[in-house]
Amino acid sequence: MLGQSEQGIIKRMNGRIRTNRILKGLFFLATTFALVFLVLLFYRVLTQGIGYLNWSYITSFPAPYPEEAGIWPGIVGSIYMMVIVAIVSVIIGVSTAIYLEEYASKNKFTDFIRVNIQNLAGVPSIVFGLLGLTFFVYMFNFGYTLIAGGLTMALLILPVIVVAAQEAIRSVPSEIKEASYGMGASKLQTIGRVILPASIPGILTGTIIALSRAIGETAPLIIVGAATAIYTLPDSVLAKYTVMPIQVYKWTSRPQEEWQFVAGAGIIVLLVVLLLMNSIAVLIRNKYQRRL
Amino acid sequence: MNETMEKQQKANVAIESKGKENRENKTNGAAEGNHVFEVEDLNLWYGSDQALYEINMQVPERQVTAIIGPSGCGKSTFLKTLNRMVEMVPIVKTSGDIKYRGDHIFANNFKQEYLRAKVGMVFQKPNPFPKSVYDNVAYGPRVHGIKDKKTLDQIVEKSLKDAAIWDELKDRLNENAYGLSGGQQQRVCIARALAVEPDVILMDEPTSALDPISTAKVEELVQELKKKYSIIIVTHNMQQAARISDKTAFFLNGELIEFAETDNLFQNPQDKRTEDYITGRFG
Amino acid sequence: MDKGLQTEGKLNVQNMIEKRMQTKTLGQSLEKIVPWFLLLCAIVSVLTTVGILFTLLRESIGFFSEVSIIDFYTGTEWSPWSGSFGVAPLIGGTLLITLIATITAVPLGLMAAIFLSEYASDKARRIIKPILEVLAGIPTVVYGYFALTFVTPIFQAIIPDLGIFNALSGGFVVGVMIIPMVASLSEDAMNSVPNALREGAYGLGATKHEVVFKVVLPAAFSGIVASIVLAISRAIGETMIVTIAAGATPSLTFNPTDSIQTMTAFIVQAATGDTSFGSTIYYSLYAVGITLFIFTLGMNLIAQYISRKFREEY
Repeated sequence: MLGQSEQGIIKRMNGRIRTNRILKGLFFLATTFALVFLVLLFYRVLTQGIGYLNWSYITSFPAPYPEEAGIWPGIVGSIYMMVIVAIVSVIIGVSTAIYLEEYASKNKFTDFIRVNIQNLAGVPSIVFGLLGLTFFVYMFNFGYTLIAGGLTMALLILPVIVVAAQEAIRSVPSEIKEASYGMGASKLQTIGRVILPASIPGILTGTIIALSRAIGETAPLIIVGAATAIYTLPDSVLAKYTVMPIQVYKWTSRPQEEWQFVAGAGIIVLLVVLLLMNSIAVLIRNKYQRRL
Repeated sequence: MNETMEKQQKANVAIESKGKENRENKTNGAAEGNHVFEVEDLNLWYGSDQALYEINMQVPERQVTAIIGPSGCGKSTFLKTLNRMVEMVPIVKTSGDIKYRGDHIFANNFKQEYLRAKVGMVFQKPNPFPKSVYDNVAYGPRVHGIKDKKTLDQIVEKSLKDAAIWDELKDRLNENAYGLSGGQQQRVCIARALAVEPDVILMDEPTSALDPISTAKVEELVQELKKKYSIIIVTHNMQQAARISDKTAFFLNGELIEFAETDNLFQNPQDKRTEDYITGRFG
Repeated sequence: MDKGLQTEGKLNVQNMIEKRMQTKTLGQSLEKIVPWFLLLCAIVSVLTTVGILFTLLRESIGFFSEVSIIDFYTGTEWSPWSGSFGVAPLIGGTLLITLIATITAVPLGLMAAIFLSEYASDKARRIIKPILEVLAGIPTVVYGYFALTFVTPIFQAIIPDLGIFNALSGGFVVGVMIIPMVASLSEDAMNSVPNALREGAYGLGATKHEVVFKVVLPAAFSGIVASIVLAISRAIGETMIVTIAAGATPSLTFNPTDSIQTMTAFIVQAATGDTSFGSTIYYSLYAVGITLFIFTLGMNLIAQYISRKFREEY
């Protein structure tokens, strides 16, 4: 027979177990909130936009009537911009990472660069827009052009690329670096023949993720003057341009409901592009993860 | 082919360094008594911690020299000093002198790359590059500027044969070396070291990560290799040292306690500490 | 015997190598140039920071020569087109949005982090974490669209006199946007709590939730705080959601149903309007920009300080 106190303990024990179960459910619900939100968002965008999404929408220029409006200059502009951003930010970002990981001695200056990159990553994107406005648009006199937008965007995602490349380079086992130096390879040869090839999957994954952030960015491009509607495609880096998210923003901010459907169609296109980019990143990650 | 080689040799004669001359003289003379390394009063510090004390040692040519001692005694550090790999740790400082074939390896005008092309290294853990077997073995010749495909083919084949793994791998040259077993990987690493036809091969506990069968293969290989190469092998396994080496050095707490013919050292140690170690009283 | 080995057994690779070493190659000069090029690239990031500070400071100084800095920071009316430059309503709008976002994101994000770190199976984690990543990767303009066309109508059904543009739905959606950040950074902090601590508590018969509240959360506290501070900094700097959904009415209010304007939304509004280069409004972009920058930089420094202390604990 159980005594009073033991019964009390069991009662309390059951209570504690029940609390645990309830809390677990609560935590789970909170976690699924994100999922629900995402599903609603996708559902909403699809149902609103699908009616306006057709071939002519993709291949048309903007128009004063919702039925005729298209996102073609946005698609082309986004692609051109990504090419500029990728070239500039990968060259500078990977070089920075190589410098920090392989050349820099541990002194105040390198610490400063590291902290600086960390802080840059936390600067709001719109502030980068102001930077681009002062330097690229006015001081370098590029005006509201593709190159001004591309350079601004490249600086914006630079910290992401540097950090991803640093991680990729750091994850190259020191044993194989030693093997290379042990064969009499120079530093540059070791970097070029061993370290970079081994870290390319990581760098590529990081770059694609950074670019997919850039392709959805809107605010800084508004500041450096991406056009809201253009009727010819940019023919040089010094041409006016627009990008997908800017077109979406412009359509969203019109009061008539039809324009929101047009915006919805634009979002579908944007999300499909993002999905493609992220799938490529995941594929690369999975393919090479086993290697090292 | 022969013609070009002759030309190269002639060119070499014309531009030979002093050390090269010494070596030619020595290799043409009696094999006995020639040294690849002469170490004089070597001290080494990691920051403020001294790891090696006043090492004096002459490493003979075309023999297997084993370095034994308890862990932390400085034997790996010493080995890595010989090809200056130890300097990859930025806080390392050295004093004293090491001569490789008469050249001062710490001299300002002496190139690390040159030294490491002459003094190859095999590491504790098999460390192939994440590349094909072929690219692994061809790595050394390539970084030293050999691009000709036919020459590289020859080098790869010969190195893999010398490392006694050609028959196993000749049909798998384009496979990633990471897919090989640990023992195979280590022999590919040996082939990689052999590919530049070094003068000396440093081996840092090359069998410590291997199973007994692979270990036996590597030991056999070492016996074979000493016909062509001078080998210095660090091992924590005294039996291994006794089996495969001609001379043995015993390190303790960063000092070279005793260096002698292997048979002498094991059967008739001169120093009490050596005796204690080989009889298993510590370490 | 020696002779035989030299010619027969060897390909004379060393001879080939030595010959190459004597000739000066391109590689050797690259060996010297490349590090300088790399350093130059590393300096670009420093120049970016310098550029940001220079831009913000120079143009703000231009602004403050026309509008007194005291009026700017103490004035309570912001209507730049009629010459009133009191930044308080914009700061108020930003804080209101940030507050609503924090109230939304912190409980949800923390609970998700607890679930992921302490309760979820590996399989569940493999499903949930990518979903959070997707959520984090959605462009903010899409969030803004969703806030305006979906969230606001729902809130309007609950609160009948809610306007089209209001702080509530903007702030709420900003909150959802920063959930992944709170969740993943807090989860990292919880994961780095040594298992030995948990095992100690389980050994005393504690249930899972007791371990969470009495062991994991206290031990991971500073990491969690750092994640929240970082998320707040993101919310302060968020632009598109509030521009689209929260309105363009600078007003000093703490009523979440009002239409407001944040600092970021003003910058967008001024940049898209026909603001001419060199005008007072053009300069005011930078005065607002530097204020925003100080807020976010402050938050980031606080987060870094906290997580540096946090690292020392283990």
